[in-house]
Amino acid sequence: MKSRGFRGGIHPYDGKSLSKDGIIHDCMPSGDLVYPLAMHIGKSSVPVVAKGDRVLAGQKIAEAEGFVSVPVHASVSGEVKAIERRDTATGSRVMSIVVANDHKYERTELCAPDPSVLDSREEIIRIIQEAGIVGMGGAGFPTHVKLSPKEPDKIDYIIANCAECEPYITSDYRCMIESPEKIAGGMKILLKLFDHAKGVFAVEDNKKDCAETLRKLTEDEPRMETFVMKTKYPQGAERMMIYAVTGRAINSDMLPADAGTIVDNAETLIAIYEAVMEGKPLTSRVITVSGDSVAKPGNYRVPIGMNHIELLEAAGGCPKEPSRFLSGGPMMGFAMYTIDTPVTKTTSAFLCFDKIYAGAQKPDPCISCGRCVSVCPENLVPSRLARFAERGAAAEFIHWNGMECCECGCCSYICPARRQLKQTISTMRQILLSDRKKQKKDDKKGETK
Amino acid sequence: MAEVLIALMPAAVFGVVHFGRNALVLVLSVTAACMATEYLYQYFRHRPVTIRDNSAAVTGLLLALNLSPNVPWWMGVLGGVFAILVVKQLFGGIGQNIMNPALGGRCFLLISFAGTMTNFSYDGMSGATPLALIKNGQIAQTNLMDMMTGRIAGTIGETSVIALLAGAVFLLVLGVIDFKIPVMYLLTFVLFLGLFSGHGFDWYYIASELCGGGLMLGAWFMATDYTTSPITPNGQLIYGAILGILTGLFRIFGSSAEGVSYAIIFSNLLVPLIERATIPKAFGRGGERAWAK
Repeated sequence: MKSRGFRGGIHPYDGKSLSKDGIIHDCMPSGDLVYPLAMHIGKSSVPVVAKGDRVLAGQKIAEAEGFVSVPVHASVSGEVKAIERRDTATGSRVMSIVVANDHKYERTELCAPDPSVLDSREEIIRIIQEAGIVGMGGAGFPTHVKLSPKEPDKIDYIIANCAECEPYITSDYRCMIESPEKIAGGMKILLKLFDHAKGVFAVEDNKKDCAETLRKLTEDEPRMETFVMKTKYPQGAERMMIYAVTGRAINSDMLPADAGTIVDNAETLIAIYEAVMEGKPLTSRVITVSGDSVAKPGNYRVPIGMNHIELLEAAGGCPKEPSRFLSGGPMMGFAMYTIDTPVTKTTSAFLCFDKIYAGAQKPDPCISCGRCVSVCPENLVPSRLARFAERGAAAEFIHWNGMECCECGCCSYICPARRQLKQTISTMRQILLSDRKKQKKDDKKGETK
Repeated sequence: MAEVLIALMPAAVFGVVHFGRNALVLVLSVTAACMATEYLYQYFRHRPVTIRDNSAAVTGLLLALNLSPNVPWWMGVLGGVFAILVVKQLFGGIGQNIMNPALGGRCFLLISFAGTMTNFSYDGMSGATPLALIKNGQIAQTNLMDMMTGRIAGTIGETSVIALLAGAVFLLVLGVIDFKIPVMYLLTFVLFLGLFSGHGFDWYYIASELCGGGLMLGAWFMATDYTTSPITPNGQLIYGAILGILTGLFRIFGSSAEGVSYAIIFSNLLVPLIERATIPKAFGRGGERAWAK
């Protein structure tokens, strides 16, 4: 097993020891469950139940709207209480289905498990969409779309992203320890879709135990391989990971499929396995609850739609009043405006911090020390990009490759002047991206006229 | 910035011991003047006072080390006020200045008080610097050993190559400065000398040029100033090369024996252009194989 990496990157304090040994506990919700209709990238799902309907756990309550969309399933049995706008962790109010839990947990399955589905490519992809599976690493891109590239024959790598390079998060690590056979099983299903592909489990070298387990487990599988990468943030970022495994580099205008690869997160593979082999839709996920002010940091299997407040109670609450709540890791995650929000398919961690962190301190002027340049994995000049962003200089921003930013946050982390480089660059990117979208729409309108 | 102050200490202490009382007076008064100017400017303009970041102290110390030991204290103070007030604060303070404040101050004094600034006599000796001797064709009178230890005429801080290199190694080990600019600077300078000086690659001549004058102080401590050097890796190489060429040009063909100060402030002004021409290629657009730091 060799160890490869990329240029730049950082080694932040990883905090994984807090929750790394915490066996995955099942969480039982007591209050209402809220299912936002937009937990994924793409069109929002459309409700197929009405207020007052009784639903079962695993029942489809909203269906996909078009190809780039997935259905939503109830995670408990109970009555549909309302279909209304609710707060989500990102701070936006999203149309959601609210289900009152009747604590009976009556289940229904997606379909009876049927090994013959494995013979049909279309059937596997249909089941994956029907099960509501999206990328569970955080992006939430519908998995069946990823699995339907234009030229399936050109895919020669399926990469299982087992890097988990974000500090504090250990949910993938626990999954690899507790159910490696499901990860391998998920990979096996994906390999059925792509005849020329090789399945690679990409693990960071701080999780050598998992790498060893996966390697042993797949010893007899000629098409599977375990790949150990250097432990470095952001090793798990899609572009860095593809580069580490295949030596192919993709830019912001390309998809992994353009480099002949498909990257899926470890837990997504488990969801694929459970959907195809056990007929289970995606109704729960593993979440790391951690941070320095949580009583019992650990890993929890949480029904989707459960409230973050309940999740915090399950983890023993916070003895000290925390000053920050984060959804996701400290690098890519976001601070939550309120924790009275539901857990979604993309919530990988819930972190509570007591310590005042760097972002709360006043920034100093940039003296161009170049630390940000040396850590940027995308080979950009964050200090200059942030300056252009502050001035709103769009042309300069684009000329200096601002759109290539993957928003990993290494620059903000390393900045000795505590400047919010990533945040500034990311805001500018969002503005430019929405401008581009608008431009495209306007162009289309012009054509139809 | 405290690291830079520490790194300059060997050179400063040597300068004071070597040149005597006035050197100490200059080091203290110029450093104090720079800090006071920064404090007063920010106080009266109701800006956050930033003298605690030590950057004004670094400017003051560097300026003092760039002065002849014969400069009266008030002249040094005037240079310090100019460096902080005009070169640094009027351009927006730390991170915004377009040229190195210490060198801006030095060049201001060089133009205003050329006689005093270039009078390097000490201990009753004529005070011809090794560079001046070389310029006059008296290279035989230079002593390379004395240039290494610093027992020669020159500005307070530039004479001892050993003391300066000790500080430079300290900064390199701590990662405060990068080797790209200084190494490229020195290599290009040597190449330029070999091609155009008329002495060819005569090792004694080249070694004397490297150890004489302000080259070591400039290359390791002033060309590496973050704010006034390019932030792009390739830009730093080009910047270093331009510095080497300009220094060679000024020293060989210029009227003065020295050229480091002018080479650096001139190159400072080219930094925005150099950066624009050396925007790194992004990952996935040819930049993925860029060297690792």
